[in-house]
Amino acid sequence: MTRFRVAVEIVPRRGLLDPQGKAVSDALHTLGFSTVSDVRVGRHLVLDTDAADADAARAEVQRMCEQLLANPVTEDFHIGSAERA
Amino acid sequence: MKVGIIRFPGSNCDEDAYHAVVDHLGAEAVFCWHKDHDLQGADLVILPGGFSYGDYLRPGAIARFSPIMQEVVAHAKRGAPVLAICNGFQIACEAGLLPGALLRNDHLKFVCDQVHLRVESIGTRFTSRYHVDQVITIPVAHGDGRYTADGDVLERLEGDGHVVFRYVDAAGHVTDAANPNGSLRNIAGICNSAGNVLGMMPHPERAVDTQLGSADGLPLLHSIADSLMSEALV
Amino acid sequence: MSDTQTSSAVQPRPGDPEITPALIKEHGITPAEYERVVEMLGRAPTFTEVGIVSALWSEHCSYKHSRPLLRTLPTEAPWVLQGPGENAGVIAVKDGIAVAFKVESHNHPSAVEPYQGAATGVGGILRDVFTMGARPIALLNSLRFGPLTSPRVRYLFSGVVKGIGDYGNCVGVPTVGGEVVFDPSYEGNPLVNAMCVGVLREEELMLAVAQGVGNPIIAVGARTGRDGIHGASFASEDLSAESESKRPRVQVGDPFTEKLLLEASLELIRSGHIVAIQDMGAAGLTSSSAEMAARGDVGVTIDTLKVPVREEGMTPYEILLSESQERMLVVAHRGREREVEAILARWDLEAVVIGEVIAEPVYRVTEGDRVVAEFPGTRLVTDCPTYVIDSVESPVLAAARARNPHDVPPLPEEINPMWTLERLLASPTIASKAWVWRQYDSMVRTSTLVGPGSDAAVMRLRGTDAGIALSIDGNGRYVALDPLVGGRIAVCEAARNVACAGARPRAITNNLNFGNPTRPEVYFQLKNAVAGMGDACRVMETPVTGGNVSLYNENPQGAIHPTPTVGMVGVLDTLEHVTPSAFQRAGDTIVLLGDNTDELGASEYLLHLHGLAIGAPPACDPVKERALVDALLHAISHGHVRSAHDCSDGGLAVALTECAMMRRDAQFGFEVDLTAWADLPLRALLFGEAQARVVVSTDQPDAVLASAAQFGVPAHIIGRVTAADAGVEFLVGDVSARLALTSLAHAFHNTIPDIMNAGAAHGDTASSSSIS
Repeated sequence: MTRFRVAVEIVPRRGLLDPQGKAVSDALHTLGFSTVSDVRVGRHLVLDTDAADADAARAEVQRMCEQLLANPVTEDFHIGSAERA
Repeated sequence: MKVGIIRFPGSNCDEDAYHAVVDHLGAEAVFCWHKDHDLQGADLVILPGGFSYGDYLRPGAIARFSPIMQEVVAHAKRGAPVLAICNGFQIACEAGLLPGALLRNDHLKFVCDQVHLRVESIGTRFTSRYHVDQVITIPVAHGDGRYTADGDVLERLEGDGHVVFRYVDAAGHVTDAANPNGSLRNIAGICNSAGNVLGMMPHPERAVDTQLGSADGLPLLHSIADSLMSEALV
Repeated sequence: MSDTQTSSAVQPRPGDPEITPALIKEHGITPAEYERVVEMLGRAPTFTEVGIVSALWSEHCSYKHSRPLLRTLPTEAPWVLQGPGENAGVIAVKDGIAVAFKVESHNHPSAVEPYQGAATGVGGILRDVFTMGARPIALLNSLRFGPLTSPRVRYLFSGVVKGIGDYGNCVGVPTVGGEVVFDPSYEGNPLVNAMCVGVLREEELMLAVAQGVGNPIIAVGARTGRDGIHGASFASEDLSAESESKRPRVQVGDPFTEKLLLEASLELIRSGHIVAIQDMGAAGLTSSSAEMAARGDVGVTIDTLKVPVREEGMTPYEILLSESQERMLVVAHRGREREVEAILARWDLEAVVIGEVIAEPVYRVTEGDRVVAEFPGTRLVTDCPTYVIDSVESPVLAAARARNPHDVPPLPEEINPMWTLERLLASPTIASKAWVWRQYDSMVRTSTLVGPGSDAAVMRLRGTDAGIALSIDGNGRYVALDPLVGGRIAVCEAARNVACAGARPRAITNNLNFGNPTRPEVYFQLKNAVAGMGDACRVMETPVTGGNVSLYNENPQGAIHPTPTVGMVGVLDTLEHVTPSAFQRAGDTIVLLGDNTDELGASEYLLHLHGLAIGAPPACDPVKERALVDALLHAISHGHVRSAHDCSDGGLAVALTECAMMRRDAQFGFEVDLTAWADLPLRALLFGEAQARVVVSTDQPDAVLASAAQFGVPAHIIGRVTAADAGVEFLVGDVSARLALTSLAHAFHNTIPDIMNAGAAHGDTASSSSIS
């Protein structure tokens, strides 16, 4: 077993209203950042986990996302690459 | 005394502050709109509680950029009093008027309750009507009230007598059980080094009438009025 | 808009699905209803029209299975300013001050996504109240879940509570009361009923009636996305594994925008620039526009291309049926569009003219120049069929009612009634809900005189010395076992609760949570429960001013207990005698108003200790209940009552113990002598749930007895309040039982926190287990 560091990004599902993203986008416009067209605010998780290889680590994190880390009703998740920790 | 109550989008304790000042303190109060640059000649500025900009991103993070905040910062720099309550405290920290920050409560839940506070310092212009170590009852209602600051900031606050209120039990003891949010050193309220900006998570404006459970917040408002009156006499 | 042709032909939209029997069925429209639509239109409907009909003729919008029953309820009294049919009911209080109030359910959305489901439920009921011109001052909620032993139930429970809290807290409306019940019947179908109360001056009352040809129709607030499309018809279906996959329908709430919309709407209403305003709630733009037009008996036309959208490529069908939150539909006076826009802009909100009130009697939707839907007159609203179903009582429930509770052998430990009492106090339904209400801001607006945890919340009203008391109650188990009696009890218990606080019960809003009404057993429950509520409302003089119907609360395992919840508003003419539930002073005399009986059926005792929902629920005579309320209010208004608490779940022993230790910071003991009822079975006396009983503490017992006598209410001195360290003591003939308060208080206060903390440690999540 090797220890891998896996990053997970969790963001509100496409098509669902993201009130936080909208408020941040409006505030950026107010401050003059007029180039911003859309903001979605999510969470970034970094997990250290032991696995046989990088694929197994990512597969395990996938299950974690489905069961706990992301709310399947309201959130999408993206699992980054698994690096040796 | 004229009190300017700042109204941000999402402020929701602005009217409570107004009624506390007008109905119970008997002073004049005006609302100051966040998009304006006009404090309307207020002697005391109140940054009220609520959820300015929905607390999105971080509580207070967006409100600090409201136009009116430039005037509030200038008002504070002149040494004039600012009372920052709950979300106002969060905004004041984000705006750099007060040191430290307010994080998500340690138990991760919103908490609404009557709590006991010990008055740690009566040398401030906000607390002269209390007596040393007085235990008062004031409500809290917040999700992000865990006060935190670097170790040297905490030492300086303590050393200068700028920790104004601490969460305690009914007997006045600092205990973990009496701490509603996990604040470092049970800190409930602090003031800045010049002593004219007070930030506190509990709501003194909700404690101005025994019908509501406590009038222990009223001496705080009277203390500020006293300090303004004595300034006027100098 | 005024150049819209009057002889426009409705055209199917390129790309729309073909109208097939399967599509009609998928939209929940029966073949007979479809025939009715074809007859009304004189042609086949377009896809857009099918969507509109499906939404407006859903149970949620049309009340098609409940309307004939609801018509039997009393709706009038001199103090009723607005009865059913509007966004909320309104009653006069005093000095020109009135309150608007309503309850609404968000059961189905909360089952799928508890946090957003509950949050958007709160948002919707707030909008219903502030569109009447009333400023919301209080929220309450009535919640039902399965047993907390299930990780999925703990996930739903904590998500719903957080959703309610986060929304109300952010908007700045205090959540001041409510109830939470745990029962296996709600395992697959939790109930989330939210009630809102707002205050207004009588002359500020605003109605949602479209008027004035040429007046612009304006969309206000958040943009329209694909959220919750078909939420209204979703709420009119049984929950199944299939509906789990319909999850994208769930809407997301934005309490920050709601707060802005609240302030902007009240400013708009006071400005005089607008004629009518309505929430785009269930079935969104479609129902709000059609209902406002029908109330005003006017024609309207709406152009979906003008509706501000959040996503690209939305079809008229989607725009009309979207349930995106925090949106309002406004009819303004012609020529005031700029003023309306300016008010909204001040609050950083959009206001866009999307249509117009027209002389031609039609409900028309266009997509630019293309007419995509058109219904004659207001028939879209008025032609919806209503159904009366043959009703038959479920033989299973009739048999359960017939069972004699005394045939249930007591557990060996029950030899000590204090053991039983402690167990009951640890029933999550009875135990303290402080874990819940500490997450709600109950104090913002500084008007909450009595907050959560008492029989009723009490609010002061600025501008008058009067106050209001609020309560929401229901007992589904009673209704399941006897719908008529259960319906009466729901009203009478709510009345008792506000009377205990010192308020005269004045009016109710009700939420009828039932199973699938097309099943005769369910229709039987609905019919009889409504009849029972009507009986009680007439006697109590508390008309029904509005409410909500939530049917199809069932899943493959079966239906929920039929659960009408009653939101009661009571009025205190002065705030001199606001009465708490808890004991106040050691040495006070305890008086029982009402009488003890041998009625153990349908009790929490049988459910919690024996796992049984059997026996007849306690009898309920509204005339006796009215006398009890009158006697209690007489004693309270003369200053003779220190505390008053009604006997409900868990019976007399639980009610007394609650009075002693419901407040953690001010606890008492008590000693009572119930020897006068020594001939009753002990467990019926202590834990039976006989109705029309209130525990009063007083230092003037003779005066309280006199008040009772004046109204013909039985009353007995049963004991006295003692210091907390004396514990609790019951004497019944030669049986004596006593216990220290600490273990009882521990059971009452720690049960729910202990369960939830242990659950959190196990990571209760959405996927803990699936529905059904």
